[in-house]
Amino acid sequence: MIVIKAQGLTKVYNPDTVPVHALRSVDLEVHQGEFTAIVGPSGSGKTTLLNILGGLDRPTAGKVWINGTDISTLSENKLIDFRRDHIGFVFQSYNLIPVLTARENAEFVMLLQKWPRAERLARTEQLLREVGLADKMDYRPSQLSGGQQQRVAVVRALAPKPRFILADEPTANLDSVSTRNLLDIMARLNEEERVTFLFSTHDQRVIERARRVVTLEDGKIVADETFDR
Amino acid sequence: METLIVLAWRNIWRNKRRTLITAASIFFAVLLSTLMVSIQKGAWDRMEENVVNYYFGYVQIHAKGYWQDRSLDLTFAAVDSLLQLPQWVSGVAVAVPRIESFALAAHADNTTGVMVVGIDPVREHEMTRLRERMVAGTYFDHVREPALLLADGVAQRLNATVGDTVVLLSQGYHGVNAAGKYAVKGLVHFASPDLNRQMVYLPLAVARYFYGADSLLTSIALKVTDKDKVPQVLAQLRQQLDTTRYEVMDWHEMMPELVEARAVDTAGNYLMLLILYLIVSFGIFGTILMMTAERTYEFGVLLAIGMKRIQLSVEVWLEILFIALLGTLAGFVASFPVVYYFHRHPIDFSSSKEIAETYAQFGFEPIFPAAFEPFVFLSQALVVLCITTLLALYPFWKIARLDPVKAMRH
Ligand SMILES: Nc1ncnc2c1ncn2[C@@H]1O[C@H](COP(=O)(O)OP(=O)(O)O)[C@@H](O)[C@H]1O
Ligand SMILES: [Mg+2]
Repeated sequence: MIVIKAQGLTKVYNPDTVPVHALRSVDLEVHQGEFTAIVGPSGSGKTTLLNILGGLDRPTAGKVWINGTDISTLSENKLIDFRRDHIGFVFQSYNLIPVLTARENAEFVMLLQKWPRAERLARTEQLLREVGLADKMDYRPSQLSGGQQQRVAVVRALAPKPRFILADEPTANLDSVSTRNLLDIMARLNEEERVTFLFSTHDQRVIERARRVVTLEDGKIVADETFDR
Repeated sequence: METLIVLAWRNIWRNKRRTLITAASIFFAVLLSTLMVSIQKGAWDRMEENVVNYYFGYVQIHAKGYWQDRSLDLTFAAVDSLLQLPQWVSGVAVAVPRIESFALAAHADNTTGVMVVGIDPVREHEMTRLRERMVAGTYFDHVREPALLLADGVAQRLNATVGDTVVLLSQGYHGVNAAGKYAVKGLVHFASPDLNRQMVYLPLAVARYFYGADSLLTSIALKVTDKDKVPQVLAQLRQQLDTTRYEVMDWHEMMPELVEARAVDTAGNYLMLLILYLIVSFGIFGTILMMTAERTYEFGVLLAIGMKRIQLSVEVWLEILFIALLGTLAGFVASFPVVYYFHRHPIDFSSSKEIAETYAQFGFEPIFPAAFEPFVFLSQALVVLCITTLLALYPFWKIARLDPVKAMRH
């Protein structure tokens, strides 16, 4: 089943002053359960692509369907709800709300989606335990390492069972141990929860873990390879 | 909503110092404005009370047109129905008959312009507590006693004291010459400087004889049972008295200058308050600006993961509201003892002759007690709270136009 379908995505920043062509007619299909990396050098358009696929930004041209819904037809408010209910986000850093504990951060999106309290607690606790944070649930982000913070962010994105998770360079600020650790966790959750992961990176060690690698260069897809791992 | 409250509460303690400084500025604004308004109100209330309770009364009845001309020719007969007003008008405790006019008072080489008032000693005391205001000598024993009481300001000008003889010269009823010589029986002190420099009392019958106005009155002052009943008393009197012959006035109408002066002074006071509020507002606004600016990235993340703009705006607004509430409540609570202190221990300039005289020119005694009224506390606290809450609308505007993608591009 296709979860994300993008057709002819083009993004031009500052069209009136100094136009920057961040994306040039990108076509992409992502299926349920994929574990896919968008790779490419800095400035190749990875963030722009993920933002548009996640409905955070609108393309200059082209369309995105998520589960068959053309998100360009959604109003601003509908899009916000749609995003909240169907897409999980993990950003490069400072993902978490500093004044909330790991547990509270983890359940934040579920809270916004108004899950019943018991279910919310059970699910976030189980996930936090799975990512190895059983003893850190009541810590604030400032008391956690960068890798631990990213794990909480992954749990937060995953907890409400979104269609897919978009992670923009989730390991960019992590050391190699934490990077491996986070990828292990993402890969395992991808298997166990059958949740689709689409993440960007320019880290070779991360690329090696992906089952599909889409390479962007100068706003164009220059390679799209699948590996059996 | 519960989450938003928790978030807001925890967020304000992220920068403890800033929160406390902002709350402190609100605290001082509330305290200062409450104190300012209380003292201003207290001083005017006291001033009004001094003229109303010491002499004018809340309501007076005159012959029609009297108050305009203050002429002895506009007098009226002291009929029983008027003297027995309390029996047929509810809210009136005592009807105090008077005959009053201006005269020249002389003692030795000194002269001064005075107001000579003929009074019924018993009724006058019932309304104005005149007997208790004696500072020397004794009060009148009866209506026919040929003696006078001087306000101590008058006595000072005349350099007269108890036992001395004072000469009064005036124009009586229908222009007859009025002249008399009376022994000073006592001195009275008025808090109102205006009254203190011009009041001279004679027993009613003696004054009538002096003015050549037998059985006539210029006014009947009314003691009301309750200040708030004044409008009802006025209405009743205007309905029941022959308004082609009599005029009924409350003290506002009798002393429009006083009412006006108070209004002008109050307006000036509000201007000061406005400036105070403005200064505090800038401080609060600075905090709000910093708070929103330094958290742009965080706001971007929150919007991206699905928090609604309105939720985020309300959250930030709550933070400011909490800080405002903190400052306002503390200021409100602290105002009580402070204002109460100044209520019990009025600011007193009477030891400084210069200041005292300056205020005397404006009819004030140099003592400024603070009014201790819950309304003042509440209104000042509310005003500051409202301003803060309004300022807190800025985050709504800011968040409404925040683009998460831009916010997170650092
Ligand atoms: N908001 C923006 N305004 C102008 N140019 C932008 C903006 N965002 C990205 N760009 C430009 O678009 C290109 C692609 O950027 P980005 O998608 O961030 O690439 P990547 O994530 O692969 O580093 C870059 O040249 C970048 O400078
Ligand atoms: Mg990027």
